[in-house]
Amino acid sequence: MFDVLKIRKDFPMLDGTKTNFNGKPLIYFDNAATTFKPYCVIDECNKYYLEENANSHRGDYDLAFKVDKNVDNVREKVANFIRAKKQEVVFTSGCSMAMNLIAYGYGFKYLKAGDEIILTEAEHASNVLPWFKISELTGAIIKYIELDEDGRATPENLRKAITKNTKVVSIAQITNVLGYKIDIKEMSKIAHEFGAILICDAAQSCPHMKIDVKDLDCDFLTMSAHKMCGPTGIGIMYGKFNLLEKMDPFLTGGGDNARFDMCGNVAFLVPPAKFEAGTMNLSAIYGFGAAVDYLTNLGMDNIEKYEMELRNYAISKLKTMQNVIIYNENADSGIITFNVKDVFAQDEASYLNSKGICVRSGEHCAKLLKDRLKTMATVRASFYFYNTFEEVDAFIEALKNGGNFLDAYFD
Amino acid sequence: MHISIDTNMMREIIMDHYSSPLHKLTPKNEDEYKTIVMDSDSCIDNIKIFIKEENGIIKEACFDGVACAISTASTDILCDLITGKTIDQANYIIEQYENMIYEKEYDESVLEELVAFMNTHKQASRIKCATIGFTGVSSIINGKK
Repeated sequence: MFDVLKIRKDFPMLDGTKTNFNGKPLIYFDNAATTFKPYCVIDECNKYYLEENANSHRGDYDLAFKVDKNVDNVREKVANFIRAKKQEVVFTSGCSMAMNLIAYGYGFKYLKAGDEIILTEAEHASNVLPWFKISELTGAIIKYIELDEDGRATPENLRKAITKNTKVVSIAQITNVLGYKIDIKEMSKIAHEFGAILICDAAQSCPHMKIDVKDLDCDFLTMSAHKMCGPTGIGIMYGKFNLLEKMDPFLTGGGDNARFDMCGNVAFLVPPAKFEAGTMNLSAIYGFGAAVDYLTNLGMDNIEKYEMELRNYAISKLKTMQNVIIYNENADSGIITFNVKDVFAQDEASYLNSKGICVRSGEHCAKLLKDRLKTMATVRASFYFYNTFEEVDAFIEALKNGGNFLDAYFD
Repeated sequence: MHISIDTNMMREIIMDHYSSPLHKLTPKNEDEYKTIVMDSDSCIDNIKIFIKEENGIIKEACFDGVACAISTASTDILCDLITGKTIDQANYIIEQYENMIYEKEYDESVLEELVAFMNTHKQASRIKCATIGFTGVSSIINGKK
């Protein structure tokens, strides 16, 4: 039994005292952007500053040894969370940095003119812009998997796009606009048949579902802690160990080399240390460990099941509303993308804000909106396990009057 | 002059200029205009503003692009108000409007329909929408671009 009311007590942001500027209690439906943090995560971040403040890799004294040990423990926790080996988990500042690290450390080193990078038409900027840069630097070509009628990237359409020149296929497991779950396992199989690597952007999936990198057989995978109840400024790049050995670090400096001389000879440490130059966000690493424990205790399967119940409930209500257009009725996640008829997305989001409801309005990449959504912008509500059916009811109630969006201005 | 205005009138003004803006268009001879692209970093608004100026007088002002109700209506009214005005007069209108938005003392007599936006401070997230056109016009007429 998933006891949401009990779970909500774990979150200071859900203690009932937080309001918008008009004093309306908050209903937070922007969990695809970031999530609230439970006390245990905040306490663990504080523990670093209050009890164990020392730099890592300075093992000369006990305090520093404690930090090293804790960083190592968290690495192991995160590795277990995605069924990886500890030495395959590299700490980064988040998904964007992880994706840039893969693009520059692997893509820039191994791609050449005429090679192909395959993305989808629904990727987040952090899985598109680094590849634009690598394409510019190497002459590699960027291609897109065509989306089906619903806006979903399918293995069949990857087969249509992939060739023997394809070296990289990079795809989000759950897309941030439409929220479809993509069959990464099958995509990996196809990529490998053609000798390409498969990169999985798990920013929107790892907070909501079980992930097994060995089963997916992806070559790289990226995660952000703050979308899964963890602190901001920390995430990981998972990579198969042989690829981590082959690729270059993106940042170099203190803590990633064993020795170097002034003639330019450098001996880098073995992965993952090779990629972790500079002092990392140690407090956030502590908190990340607590977030992984927290989600593991709730159970990823329970989280996914509850969010789908919440989604199905919201969709069933929204479908009965004449003034609402839903763009992803059949998606497999807590992301609902919609518009209120004849209201610009931003005006609707702003109206919902006046009711205390936090949602996101956004414009989407040209192809996606032109070919699939046929609109300039949409509103996105994204749920997490601490949202309730009552909150969905309040959201639906607010949308009934959503056409009168100027109320926000004059109430 | 004091304009007595209630919220229903304000709604009508905003909806009117949002659903049928008079100045939302890209002019034919674009190269006769000074332009600026205003791309908000915090929301979707992305408009291009066009100003034709002769001997210190604004002959024509218009804008085009993707914009919400608040930015569309406020920019449309501004274009209306500054047409035929001198740079100094336009600057004065913009200054008084911004004073109103940021809850400072302001001279209502030059704002006309722009008073419809007097409640913007209640919706802090809309300040950017309500001022994007004004920032753009100001940059153009004061030669910041």
